[in-house]
Amino acid sequence: MTNFSKYTFFILAAALLLWGQTASGSTLKVCPSCSYTSVKQAVQKAKPGDTVLVDGGVYQESGIEINVPLTLIGKNNPVIDGNFTGQLITITSDDVTVQGLTLKNVATSYRQNDAAIRAKGRRNLRILDNTILKTFYGIYLEGSEGIVIKNNVVQGENKDKMESSLGNAIHLYYTDEVEISGNDVQGHRDGIYLEVVKDSQVRDNLSHKNQRYGLHFMFSDRNVYTHNTFRSNGAGVAVMYTSNVQMEHNTFEDNWGAASYGLLLKEIRDSVIRNNHFRRNTTGIHMESSSRLDIKNNDFDRNGWAIKVMTTCLEDTFRLNNFTGNSFDVSTNGNSQHNHFENNYWDKYSGYDLDKDKVGDVPYRPVSLYSMLVERVPPSVMFMRSFMVDLMDNIEKVLPSFIPENLVDEQPMMSKINHDNDRKLTQVVREAAGAEGR
Amino acid sequence: MNKVLKYVFYDIIRNKIVLAYAVFLLLLSIGLFNLGGSPDKAILSLLNLVLLTVPLISIVFATTHFYNSYEFMELLVAQPINRKKIFLSEYLGVACSLSGAFLLGVGVPVLLFGASLTGLYLVLTGVFITFIFVAMAFLASVITRDKAKGIGIALMLWFYFALIYDGIVLFILYSFGDYPLEYATLVMTALNPVDLGRIIVLLNLDVSALMGYTGALYKSILGSLWGISMAFGLLLLWVLVPFLSSRRIFSRRDL
Repeated sequence: MTNFSKYTFFILAAALLLWGQTASGSTLKVCPSCSYTSVKQAVQKAKPGDTVLVDGGVYQESGIEINVPLTLIGKNNPVIDGNFTGQLITITSDDVTVQGLTLKNVATSYRQNDAAIRAKGRRNLRILDNTILKTFYGIYLEGSEGIVIKNNVVQGENKDKMESSLGNAIHLYYTDEVEISGNDVQGHRDGIYLEVVKDSQVRDNLSHKNQRYGLHFMFSDRNVYTHNTFRSNGAGVAVMYTSNVQMEHNTFEDNWGAASYGLLLKEIRDSVIRNNHFRRNTTGIHMESSSRLDIKNNDFDRNGWAIKVMTTCLEDTFRLNNFTGNSFDVSTNGNSQHNHFENNYWDKYSGYDLDKDKVGDVPYRPVSLYSMLVERVPPSVMFMRSFMVDLMDNIEKVLPSFIPENLVDEQPMMSKINHDNDRKLTQVVREAAGAEGR
Repeated sequence: MNKVLKYVFYDIIRNKIVLAYAVFLLLLSIGLFNLGGSPDKAILSLLNLVLLTVPLISIVFATTHFYNSYEFMELLVAQPINRKKIFLSEYLGVACSLSGAFLLGVGVPVLLFGASLTGLYLVLTGVFITFIFVAMAFLASVITRDKAKGIGIALMLWFYFALIYDGIVLFILYSFGDYPLEYATLVMTALNPVDLGRIIVLLNLDVSALMGYTGALYKSILGSLWGISMAFGLLLLWVLVPFLSSRRIFSRRDL
């Protein structure tokens, strides 16, 4: 057993030393019975390129400042308990790795925004495999570049707390080229908060039970979000004032509440939203002033409103999406419409397909009269499920006069689209589109 | 009075219509509970059904029953029995047998498959609606002696409460859309027992999240014990007003 752990330790140390730019350092060991019994002490003594190895134990300390390039690594679950006395780790050097630590108990501090790990104006930082519990902010970086935040668990306590007295789990400000992957963040104000963060990747994260947004970004261009899950957040996911974003294979679910969204888009341009699942959200996607978006191959299932598209949205395309079990499929606030719906599957579609090309022969209008009415006069929502409302919707369907004429899917699909396997179907659709000269 | 009530009750039970009504409801509710995935969904579908069919059947059945037992009532009036008692017995006989059928047809499946507070509200609403529409039927019946006219008035009442009323309110809301209408909507829904019942149940289902600010307002009012008792109190008022006025007409009228 000891041999084994020694072995892994050597491998790890060797790997890290090789990886570091100044790979000539020594290792300072911290444990309750070692020469260093405090992390702070060891970090202060460390020279550039050293490794500080914390082996088990609970350390009651805060205000650890890492001011030389080093690797701070935890083995056997060491815990740094701040006891609510201030920030835990402040990084004031480039090329630093913080790995495998449990950091906990940072008090709410409105003046300094205390975090478990903070850095400002640094390059090449790696924050890996840490567990951060009960902190104000979890990881707080500003003005930095080349960051990896991977496999961390950040867990706060937001019960009975006001939004204003909570910090974010991962908070990035003016930081570029970041990789945020495999993290599990919960119980904070925002799970992942990005402000002016460019050319970054956010992958495989789970953000849940946050007071406000699971993911919140603005002015953050050219980022890629894939395979994340955003679940049961107070207000869902909100993204604003950004262009060239790619959101694929994410799951937005159970964001259910009077002020909740799966995904709230505000002033997003030239972006791609594909292969995502929107399940049981009050509003699947709410779009405002967003243009040139490509929304394709998504599943909208059992949402209150699948899509709310405001008239300020221009030139958005909705193709090959599945709409099933939503109370309202699409809702809008006015008559002018400059968006394009094509080849989606709508479970409320009641048309027919005489030529058997899997595309319905009759156009489908996804906006119902009642959803227009609710958008215009919110109190009328109290008449949901009234027989009169169903009657009105059906009459309107036969003789459309109020619902926007241009918001129509001319070629709705007859059966649900299987996004992974329906290559053939897509081909048929593409050919049909090609024949029309599109 | 008990004897009269007993007689009316047995008379209705012997008549197979109420039994058929119970079986119809039972089949529908069991079907709905086994068809949809969650009990919540079934309750939602059941709600639509209850709010449409229960008033219709109650009002039509009660009106025809009243006219059919006219001779029996004339006979009773000749006896030394208070007219008010005769009327009350007739009313309770019809309303209780119909509610019994409803409890059997909807209450039992709800208890078996979806026992919850929402289910309880649904059943309570259904019972109240039965009592309300039987009272309205009696009102329609005492207004005129002509059976066809009476049934016509009864159907009009059903049509008004189940359909037209919502249309009118939606039209008003649409026309005055620029004003804050939350409280106005609250008052207008209270003026229709069908809407009131629907909202009591809907607010307890998770679709209520879709209802936004107005929904939150309703929820804050109806969510408290005081609010919900007031809502059911209003439904009780809806029973009492038509019942008392029709009894008044009945006891003063020249038969």
